[in-house]
Amino acid sequence: MTGRARLVLAALMSHWRRRPLQLAMLLAGIMLATALWSGVQAVNAEARASYAEAADRLGTGTLDRLEPAPGAVLTTADFVALRRAGWIVSPLVEGRLRAGEGRVALLGIEPATRVALGPAEGGAVAEGDLLAFITPPGLGFADAEVIRELEGADLGGLTVAPREGLPPDTLVVDVGIAQRLLNLGERLTALVVAPEQPPGLAPLEQVAPHLLRKAPQDRADPEALTGSFHLNLTAFALLSFIVGLFITQSAVGLAFEQRRQVVRTLRALGVPLAEVLGVMAAELAILALVAGLAGILLGWAVAAALMPGVAATLSGLYGAEVSGALALRPVWVLSGLGMALAGAGLAGARGLLRTARMPLLAAGQARPWAVAAARGLRRQVLGAGALALALPLCLAWGGLVGGFAALACGLLAAALLLPVVLDAGLRWLAGRVRGVLAQWFVADTRQQSGGLSLALMALMLALAANIGVGTMVGSFRSTFLGWLDQRLVAELYVNARTEPEARAIRDWLAPQVDAILPIWSAEVPLRGQPGRVFGVVDHPTYRDHWPILRARPGAWNEVARGTGVLVNEQLFRRAGLSLGDSLDLPGGALPVVGVYSDYGNPSPQAIIGQDLFDARFPEAPRLNQAVRVDPDRAAALAEALRDRFDLPGSAVTDQAQVKAVSLRIFERTFSVTAALNVLTLGVAGIALLTGLLTLASMRLPQLAPVWAAGLTRRRLARLELARTLALAAATALYAVPVGLGLAWMLLAVINVEAFGWRLPMQISPELIARLGVAALATALAAGALPALRLARITPSQLLRVFADER
Amino acid sequence: MNARRWLVLLVLGTLPAWGQEGGFAGLGSDVQGFALPDPARDLVFPRDHGAHEDFRIEWWYLTASLRGADGRDYGAQWTLFRSALSPEKTGTGWSVPQVWMAHAAVTTPESHHVAERFARGGIGQAGVTSEPFAAWIDDWSMRAPEGGDGLDRLTIDARGGDFAYALQAEAEGPLVLHGQGGYSVKGPGGQASHYYSQPFYRVSGRLSLPEGAVEVTGHAWLDREWSSQPLDRSQSGWDWFAFHLDNGRKLMAARVRGAEPFLFGSLIDPDGRVRVLDGDDIALRPGQGTPPMSWTVELPGEGLALAVEAVNPASRMTTSVPYWEGPVRVTGSVTGRGYLEMTGYPLD
Repeated sequence: MTGRARLVLAALMSHWRRRPLQLAMLLAGIMLATALWSGVQAVNAEARASYAEAADRLGTGTLDRLEPAPGAVLTTADFVALRRAGWIVSPLVEGRLRAGEGRVALLGIEPATRVALGPAEGGAVAEGDLLAFITPPGLGFADAEVIRELEGADLGGLTVAPREGLPPDTLVVDVGIAQRLLNLGERLTALVVAPEQPPGLAPLEQVAPHLLRKAPQDRADPEALTGSFHLNLTAFALLSFIVGLFITQSAVGLAFEQRRQVVRTLRALGVPLAEVLGVMAAELAILALVAGLAGILLGWAVAAALMPGVAATLSGLYGAEVSGALALRPVWVLSGLGMALAGAGLAGARGLLRTARMPLLAAGQARPWAVAAARGLRRQVLGAGALALALPLCLAWGGLVGGFAALACGLLAAALLLPVVLDAGLRWLAGRVRGVLAQWFVADTRQQSGGLSLALMALMLALAANIGVGTMVGSFRSTFLGWLDQRLVAELYVNARTEPEARAIRDWLAPQVDAILPIWSAEVPLRGQPGRVFGVVDHPTYRDHWPILRARPGAWNEVARGTGVLVNEQLFRRAGLSLGDSLDLPGGALPVVGVYSDYGNPSPQAIIGQDLFDARFPEAPRLNQAVRVDPDRAAALAEALRDRFDLPGSAVTDQAQVKAVSLRIFERTFSVTAALNVLTLGVAGIALLTGLLTLASMRLPQLAPVWAAGLTRRRLARLELARTLALAAATALYAVPVGLGLAWMLLAVINVEAFGWRLPMQISPELIARLGVAALATALAAGALPALRLARITPSQLLRVFADER
Repeated sequence: MNARRWLVLLVLGTLPAWGQEGGFAGLGSDVQGFALPDPARDLVFPRDHGAHEDFRIEWWYLTASLRGADGRDYGAQWTLFRSALSPEKTGTGWSVPQVWMAHAAVTTPESHHVAERFARGGIGQAGVTSEPFAAWIDDWSMRAPEGGDGLDRLTIDARGGDFAYALQAEAEGPLVLHGQGGYSVKGPGGQASHYYSQPFYRVSGRLSLPEGAVEVTGHAWLDREWSSQPLDRSQSGWDWFAFHLDNGRKLMAARVRGAEPFLFGSLIDPDGRVRVLDGDDIALRPGQGTPPMSWTVELPGEGLALAVEAVNPASRMTTSVPYWEGPVRVTGSVTGRGYLEMTGYPLD
């Protein structure tokens, strides 16, 4: 940097020394925007990295297992025999431990042989713990929640140490300790099999004829499902960032306006325009970098606070394992800095352009940019109109990108229209209020709303985003829980390992339960996609509860007769089906008689009558069944089933437990959403404060005459505050329909495009009321300082307005 | 650190990372409660071929310098390590505090194939018996055939993802006790181990490699060593040489690196007579590289000056605790073949 450039920079920078608050606002704007953006990016990056590791993680869910055939047992000796035959396997013991009221899953692993099979649940075991881990009474690992549940439980002296990143609701111990705790003797639950084995091994049937090799159960790809969650978070982050940009824009714009005189003087002294512009750009870049770095640190803190909640949500909701800890990843640090620089550049571009175009000798009038904004109302209407026209085009274009483009168009149009609507409302009000003071108040509010319009737009966007995302999460929650209620009607779900075992289970259950409903299915291509066809018996369990979205009258009768098929929403929407259309199935097409919701499953699915299923798919495995029984007896029966047939814990699912877990997970999701709510509103509050402080200095010429006319400073201050509150209230009111529109777009457009299902929107008046209050509180907090300053302003300052030549 | 590495460290609870206090592979750690090597103890065979569970660490270490029917040099390694987590002898089954680790490798002039296995003691997955001798882990084994006497005849098998071998070894000379009747001092502080070898094996067998099977013949050397603290805390690793010289003599020379390098060795006549060597007798000079791929080994008192060259410099053991181990060619005042082990170097 040349000496002159340094002088120019010093001259320009002196502006900030005189207006430290403005500098603080600028930095805060960039910092908060960056913090929100990078915080959410950090959460996303961390979660994605965890999936990548999970894909590579050879947990119980992704490895083949060897389990005993029905009637046979698997013992430690079998494990040793397989190892001695060269097979790379590792033993598992799975069971459940009574812990106070409830139970936790117990997982016994063998760390020495598990090494060769890649990272495992016990991967969190630290060095030096092995002796304690393998020798009685043993050392176990679990997350904090499980440890709380285990308090007071008799674990035979087992020490339980907290560990993050373990499967939910699971206590991990050594395989030998697990055998003792469960009184299994030498028995094991399963052996996990390494995917790659040395060549030339004796076949399994020969080494262990009594064991069955099972592929891991089909699992929905967590990537597809968790995508929804990340998409929403990213959208939220982007909105917050835009809100932050509004702040930056107003602060930067103001600074450029106020420094016109300095620029003029510098140029008159002979500094070339290019150098002034260059220094201004450099100054902005430095500020953006400083604030961006601070924002990244803050974002890190935000992410670290959010991460455990997100991790719990993802692991519980989608079975995706995400570590609760946060690692510093260059991806989001760079993206945060990039966003800070791009945002500041965007905000400063207009100011630089104006400076470039400024005639050298034009008077440095105070032509506050904020007031000028009011003159752009007509342009804003045009812009909003253009965006509104683009919206249906984006929708028609379709796809996820189209959906997001439509979302952006709608939000921006709504934001641009806000000042227009406020202005129209105030104009309307001006014609109706009586009294000098009231008329001045309305007129002055109208004049001021122009200058505040950017801040109000930011507040509106923040509120709308909160209403939109809050409504979406709430809708998702109640729909999903309602769907669970409908879908998981039966008290128990039992998966047998073999058909003879399934028959034995059914025979054993038959005298003790109200009904046993087979859940048999076959893999079948449906409209060209790999899908699944289920058979159902004619039973009230289905007729009364199944989550039907739309159906022909008597649909269940048609299904029972074998003359109709029900399809899931994904298939229905993706294939563009209508009721009555025929669906090709092996053995002949059937008319679609109804559609049901099927959240969480990415594949197409269809349901036909049991008799028809038996006739068309005689080869389908008959392994799984639902059991109807008195809910009070369900838990005991599940336990008895596991004991009687030596079933692994996962083979019997207790409906009540599934629901309880789901509920807990949703509460955690809410806490994440709530934290983001507070943060975006904070950003909007700062935007409002910037706007008000900016206006405060410019408004003295307007307020001084009113003061001179007899209004006390105190009264003026109260009126100022009332004005801010009124504008915020109007903005909040305006944000409600915008936010609901946003929610609708997320639920009915984005979700359908991304995942194939549409969620019914459930409006929560409580959420809206709470956000309304939050908006007013934000406005109050933002308006307090300027009002206080006005109340304390010295009369001489007001008098000077009349003396100063403007 | 990834979870895999964690698990490995857990399994080898005694093996902290490189460069930390405690010497190579934690061999410099404290020994509370474990038995200590005793110079007054007479080794008794076949009993001492078996495991000594009251000592912290022990190994059965066979290296074979081989030549293929194709005229090329090969090497094979079969190693079983026992590590006691506790000196307690209580517990049965899974709760026995013994952990086994095994390494197998085949080296060709172009490639180096490695496999590693772990097992817990107490369940029969790995172990060593002395009568008849058998050492095994999973399907790898080194055992005396039916009616075999001690370690005189052995069959050795191992198998990895891309290699396997089956070797038969027959001893042509007696067992050799190192140091003072098998009490071998390893450092200036007096740390020691019980250490004996059978260096006189003639070997034949077959290597199965990705490019096909090779019939091989050659020499093998079996090391037996156990201790509870063989290294001083300041000692970071060692260089160990075992040569089958063409004049029928065998030479073991080793250097433990530390504040002061500590050298020891044995020069063994064809009839099994041993001359115990110390720092005054042995001069080891490394060539270029880390770890060095060429050495000179000199015994000035014996008029021996040997140049040592790795058959394949890429003989890294990519195991949970990495080290370098591979066959070498010996030239100079007498020619021969042998094995070189280098531990405690930074390996990429």
